[in-house]
Amino acid sequence: MNILIKNGHIIDPENSVDEKLDLLVADGKIAKLGKPGALSASGAEQIDAAGKLVVPGLIDMHVHLREPGFEYKETIATGTAAARTGGFTAVCCMPNTKPVNDCRSVTEFILAEAAKNGSARVYPVGAITKGSQGEELAEIGELRDAGCVGISDDGRPVMNAAMMRRALEYSTIFDLPVLSHCEDMSLAAKGVMNEGFVATELGLRGIPNAAEDVMVARDLALAELTGGRVHICHVSTAGAVRMIRAAKDRGVRVTAETCPHYFLLTDEAVRGYDTSAKMNPPLRTADDRAAVRQGLADGTIDVIVTDHAPHASDEKAVEFDAAPFGIVGLETSLGLSLKLVEERVLTLTDLVTRMSTAPGRIIGRGGTLSVGAAADITIIDPEMKWTVKAAEFRSKSRNTPFEGRELKGRAVRTIVGGVL
Amino acid sequence: MALSSKDLLGLKGMPADEIRLILDTAATFKDVSERDIKKVPTLRGKTVINLFYEASTRTRTSFELAGKRLSADVINISTSTSSAAKGETLLDTARNIEAMKSDIIIVRHSCSGAPHFLAGRLESSIINAGDGFHEHPTQALLDLFTLREKLGRLEGITVAIVGDILHSRVARSNIYGLIAMGARVRLCGPPTMMPAGIERTGAEVYRNMDEAIKGVQAVMMLRLQLERQAAGLFPGVREYARLYGMNRARLEAAGKGVIVMHPGPMNRGVEIASDVADNDSVILEQVTNGVAVRMAVMFLLSGGNKAEA
Amino acid sequence: MTQQKEKALILDSTGIERALTRISHEILEKNRGAREIGLIGIQRGGVHLAHRLAVKIREIEGAPVPVGSLDITMYRDDLGTRKSQPVPQATDIPFDIQDKVIVLVDDVLFTGRTIRAAMNSIMDYGRPKRIQLAILVDRGHRELPIRADFVGKNLPTSSKEKVEVMLAEDGGEEKVVILGE
Repeated sequence: MNILIKNGHIIDPENSVDEKLDLLVADGKIAKLGKPGALSASGAEQIDAAGKLVVPGLIDMHVHLREPGFEYKETIATGTAAARTGGFTAVCCMPNTKPVNDCRSVTEFILAEAAKNGSARVYPVGAITKGSQGEELAEIGELRDAGCVGISDDGRPVMNAAMMRRALEYSTIFDLPVLSHCEDMSLAAKGVMNEGFVATELGLRGIPNAAEDVMVARDLALAELTGGRVHICHVSTAGAVRMIRAAKDRGVRVTAETCPHYFLLTDEAVRGYDTSAKMNPPLRTADDRAAVRQGLADGTIDVIVTDHAPHASDEKAVEFDAAPFGIVGLETSLGLSLKLVEERVLTLTDLVTRMSTAPGRIIGRGGTLSVGAAADITIIDPEMKWTVKAAEFRSKSRNTPFEGRELKGRAVRTIVGGVL
Repeated sequence: MALSSKDLLGLKGMPADEIRLILDTAATFKDVSERDIKKVPTLRGKTVINLFYEASTRTRTSFELAGKRLSADVINISTSTSSAAKGETLLDTARNIEAMKSDIIIVRHSCSGAPHFLAGRLESSIINAGDGFHEHPTQALLDLFTLREKLGRLEGITVAIVGDILHSRVARSNIYGLIAMGARVRLCGPPTMMPAGIERTGAEVYRNMDEAIKGVQAVMMLRLQLERQAAGLFPGVREYARLYGMNRARLEAAGKGVIVMHPGPMNRGVEIASDVADNDSVILEQVTNGVAVRMAVMFLLSGGNKAEA
Repeated sequence: MTQQKEKALILDSTGIERALTRISHEILEKNRGAREIGLIGIQRGGVHLAHRLAVKIREIEGAPVPVGSLDITMYRDDLGTRKSQPVPQATDIPFDIQDKVIVLVDDVLFTGRTIRAAMNSIMDYGRPKRIQLAILVDRGHRELPIRADFVGKNLPTSSKEKVEVMLAEDGGEEKVVILGE
């Protein structure tokens, strides 16, 4: 099926396109771009995208699809349905499933399930170490061959610095990024929220910024030592932003990501013991939030991800200490991130870069509207006003701190491989 | 005049006139415990549940006596007999209790916010009997009551709280209560046990105990959890006692007539020397007043038509 | 609350004094002197009256009678149905009530529920030989089988009206009035 997207405002940072053009999709690929009305396409499905943004399909490179093992929280089918509703044409799924994605068979299972029941592309991330136990390297070459686009022990940091060094060295064979969850477990200890005055008032154990900062410092030093590609996951602290910026200036091969909750919320959201504001790393202070925004604005932070971490309602309806870390994000990320454009932290081009072009480059998949590329396209109505209603999520889980929030801007069409 | 909430979860944000109402009411209930017949029919027919997820003889007994002296039916559920061992969630346990028609549920829990969590989901009045490191409002109220009884006022007094502030719900509730009532609060303890940003409550932070207690009207000594040593928060009991223990020499140097308090149970010879505990403290009066304050709280929370309120 | 206005003056200061004097005589007559008597005023309206009766009895008899005050809040039967809890006042009975004739004193007798609560409360302090009831104004509308032994004035009222006793001790003019819409 061919599709002609007419009169849309096309933003493709990869090709420096930022103008009103028509776009023709043929045979699942980007066929042609042209001035409005210039493209003829008999028999093509026509989409009037006047007033809409037409951008390369959004990529969320940090998602927990929970399958295999935790299908009661999310499945590949429901997670990718949520992704597509949120405007994502592709997601990277983290390996902390059960079993852990540390070998070819798990990766193949995920890809097969995605091919059968998925609504968006799924790019698995393999484990750094076997079982993510931090003791022995996983067979990274095999994981790469099976389809993994990066490696990570996300959810559990690689505490042993020598092991992290080896992972960074070894991964250079395949030029795979090492996605690092930066958390010093001895500093984080039993913490459940940001260490600070709010934690003091609530009587909750704190996780200091330093728990993240010391690991970021370590991983930057190791990347510098090994020449490996380190990607710092879910940056939440001002210290991490500062160190990543300095490392980039020195030429260290580092990229970084953050999530909407780190640039929109602070630890104040935890008041009332709201377990949907419990995630790891925790929501920090207004100073950290400002630093994260600055990092996004100046490109220190390359990517916006969601760290979509679904949990069943009854898992979250418990004492704050007992609740699992994590929130869902796929269906709110775009609307929330558009706030940064509204507040002039990012331009629209920056936003598309952070949500599509940059993650595409890091994982080596998608993020472009180049002619001949797969037709992964997101059409966004930047003016549409809507209210976050978790009950209407396509995701199986409802754990969001943004319930009831009024947002402006939403994906109205998510085209994956030329399929509407 | 009435309390504005159906629950007592903490003293943070509680207005001074509500605290005063509780203290004034407690004064009349204290008389009941001093009669031969230590019982009034005030809460006849009400059901009070002591839901304790943490062992505590003193607080549980105090609440139980308070309830019984008000003629309520008091049932004790403690961790050993609760369904927690069977993996039932807190919410399920509490909902089951409420299904049996409880009026007041008194909750002690090691997780901060557990009473708050239940209060938002149950009709019963929830009284926080201590949650994690968050608050222990009835302890602070009985401390305020004792101080007011001893000093005749709370406004303008200075109280030092000494010890492990980080892990102390007693300290937090007392900070809020004392400051709301116009008292000044000094906090003293090792920096490893001082919570982040605590000075934003309006309390002053001291490292040196002798400076902290100089010229105050009262000192509250906090219980040191000996297991904090393993976590590296202090090097040993001997050094702790030397730096942050209350003894006679220190007490005398602090000034004349300084009131020494302790929420109990005490580690004699660690945070408080036996000599001071036995001769200079008001610890047992605190315990006596605890029953009166808890009677007052249960009485006040039982009043008022909730539908109209 | 709707503002109620004064509808009728029932007793002025002199009338109140006369009634209390008569009640004092009746108490002494009924109990053959002051020897066994203890007066207990019910908070708040009865406390001042009890003290006044004690003064009068002493003037008449030349012997002091002990006086106490009683708060019945903890014994009420309407707790939890009111909008807010009443604040309990002090109970102070500075004498042993065992085997005494206790004269309960209150300003207005209405439903009888306060007196029921007061009697229950008294019993928790000991076992008096007898309990008698002295009332300045009996306005009827009893809901319990309770009757006063000594009455200053019987006053037929409608249940919507309010009888207010104002005493000099509270500051202001001393009088008993009926309030109504």
